[in-house]
Amino acid sequence: MARKSPEVNAGSMADIAFLLLIFFLVTTTIETDSGINRKLPPLEELIDPPVIKERNIFTVVVNKNNMILVEEKLMDLSQVRSAAVKFLDNGGGIGEEACGYCEGDRDRSSSDNPEKAIISLKNDRETDYKVYISVQNELVAAYNQLRDREYIKKFPNDRMNFVEANKLYSDPRTSEKVKASLKPKLDEIKTMFPQKLSEAEPNKS
Amino acid sequence: MSKFKKKKGGELPAISTASLPDIVFMLLFFFMVATVMRDNTLMVTNKLPAADQVQKLDKKDRVIYIYAGKPSSRYQSKYGDQPKIQLNDKFSVVSDVGAYVLAERATKREELQNVLTTALKVDGETNMGLISDIKQELRKVNALKINYTTRIGDYTQNK
Repeated sequence: MARKSPEVNAGSMADIAFLLLIFFLVTTTIETDSGINRKLPPLEELIDPPVIKERNIFTVVVNKNNMILVEEKLMDLSQVRSAAVKFLDNGGGIGEEACGYCEGDRDRSSSDNPEKAIISLKNDRETDYKVYISVQNELVAAYNQLRDREYIKKFPNDRMNFVEANKLYSDPRTSEKVKASLKPKLDEIKTMFPQKLSEAEPNKS
Repeated sequence: MSKFKKKKGGELPAISTASLPDIVFMLLFFFMVATVMRDNTLMVTNKLPAADQVQKLDKKDRVIYIYAGKPSSRYQSKYGDQPKIQLNDKFSVVSDVGAYVLAERATKREELQNVLTTALKVDGETNMGLISDIKQELRKVNALKINYTTRIGDYTQNK
């Protein structure tokens, strides 16, 4: 009669299985939604709206044929970002309104300083949502580009830019200590380039 | 020679199945963890536009979702092919958005009611008119924090 070969010891199989389980538990990230955050203006109209100079407003219009009009000039989507950066970073103000950190052309007919500069985004009722989002994306990118530049200039020892710092700040895994040190830096950069992006109500067509 | 003969005669030992439950449980746990629970069945096409300057929208308990887009193909015979709003498993009209947001807000914990975000999951092919109407409704109920939910990608994908 043949001798039975000894059975493979399966006692450690469970351990291996749990090891794998824990490995996957740690490494998989559940997919989270992401998108562009915006804040809508409150509904009640201001009784006395502040007077804003024409040169401090950067108008972007997307019409019903998805064409983009920036400051009354037809423009391709790929140029919107650099045009917005140029406008925000202009720093044309003098005296009290001068901008010490701007690197723009200091054109008197463009924005005084980033704190005054407002981007106004208008759309038609027939504009495609995806084009609208693309334009929003480019305008946010312009702000982020400038904020990144200032963050690196101001805090070169951090070895990251504004967007990375902001991501680190909003990450729940970051320790409270790191968050506390990041917050004043982020706030400082945000006041240098405040995101003033107004979404006007669409034109009645 | 006799050694070989002996082996040949022996019957194959059965493979131990003692670890099978472990493997199955492991797979089960893995899928439990990795799957995203979708609490609404989508009745609209939802190809989100791409953007790369995005912020994460974590903490699901603070988010109210509004879907919009063309009805999916199996609903098109009944509801037509014009973009519609979907709130909680049913098609709705713009005037329902305010009531929906207020009802959703009431179900959240009190300390979260002021920090809620409204996520707009809108199909890329939708006209802005519908979105503007939703935004106006949101302003009426003072739900001012919104998030245009997007895919992560370059804007050139939106062509």
